[in-house]
Amino acid sequence: MTEHRDGNSLAGALADIFAAEITSAQVQCRACGLATTLAQLLVYGPEPGYVGRCPGCAEHVLRVAKTPAGTWLDLGGSTSLLFSTMAPSPTGAASSARTGRVSS
Amino acid sequence: MVNVTRGFRSRRFATDDRLPPGQYLTDGFPVLSAGPTPAVPQDEWSFMVRNGGQVLRSWAWDEFMALDAQDITVDIHCVTRWSRLDTTWRGVAVDDLLADVDTAAEYVLARSYGGYTTNLPLEDLLDGKAWIAYEHDGEDLPPEHGGPARLLIPHLYLWKSAKWIKSLDLVEDDDPGFWETLGYHDYGDPWREQRYQGD
Repeated sequence: MTEHRDGNSLAGALADIFAAEITSAQVQCRACGLATTLAQLLVYGPEPGYVGRCPGCAEHVLRVAKTPAGTWLDLGGSTSLLFSTMAPSPTGAASSARTGRVSS
Repeated sequence: MVNVTRGFRSRRFATDDRLPPGQYLTDGFPVLSAGPTPAVPQDEWSFMVRNGGQVLRSWAWDEFMALDAQDITVDIHCVTRWSRLDTTWRGVAVDDLLADVDTAAEYVLARSYGGYTTNLPLEDLLDGKAWIAYEHDGEDLPPEHGGPARLLIPHLYLWKSAKWIKSLDLVEDDDPGFWETLGYHDYGDPWREQRYQGD
């Protein structure tokens, strides 16, 4: 089976990921390779947008801007996001169902 | 249509006349940064004009200070909706920096210390519309406002006036810069309220 589907088929998977408490996710800096949690990024903003920078090398790891068209998210400064199976859920209970690595 | 002689306008009307849509006036000078303020001592600062990766012109600080400078009074407009009127600067016209440069490029990518970039049409930097400014209000340009030197292109939103300017790269393609790749407008004319892509 090699036929592709449209992006709507990703909705369920992405909703699982981004419903997670993302600030506890581990992110790896594309420039220097340092892995930190998002909460450890050095964040500038909020205007014109948020810029999260690596605490090791100061390169931008992610950027977020809200415009009338929607929310722009740039993960180009990261190599991956790790949502740990041990990450607490929004209710505080450990989740075993949400796991995955997102590469950009 | 009513024509009003400028001399009989109230001060407020005259001020509003200079305020692009969606902007408000401020006497302050807010600082917006996308990263840490680069520490660039004047004796380590240099500025380049490049074309296709080749350095066409380069100035050290003392060399740049020896160029003909202009005193500039302009209104500035930030995409975050504040505007300041009659701001005063001193700097070198980009016309002088690009004089006699032979290029087929139609665009410029301004690059800054710290990695910031912004894209501009070359023609918007010429004919007395843009400067490399190193003084503000009669003082050395403070680091938080882009010192030692920044691009000043007041007819566009202020994110185009790149702080901590390092080079102007003449390029054939209009590749978007730091904010232009995150939903902000490619050109950024405050009078047409070109804040975001699609405006």
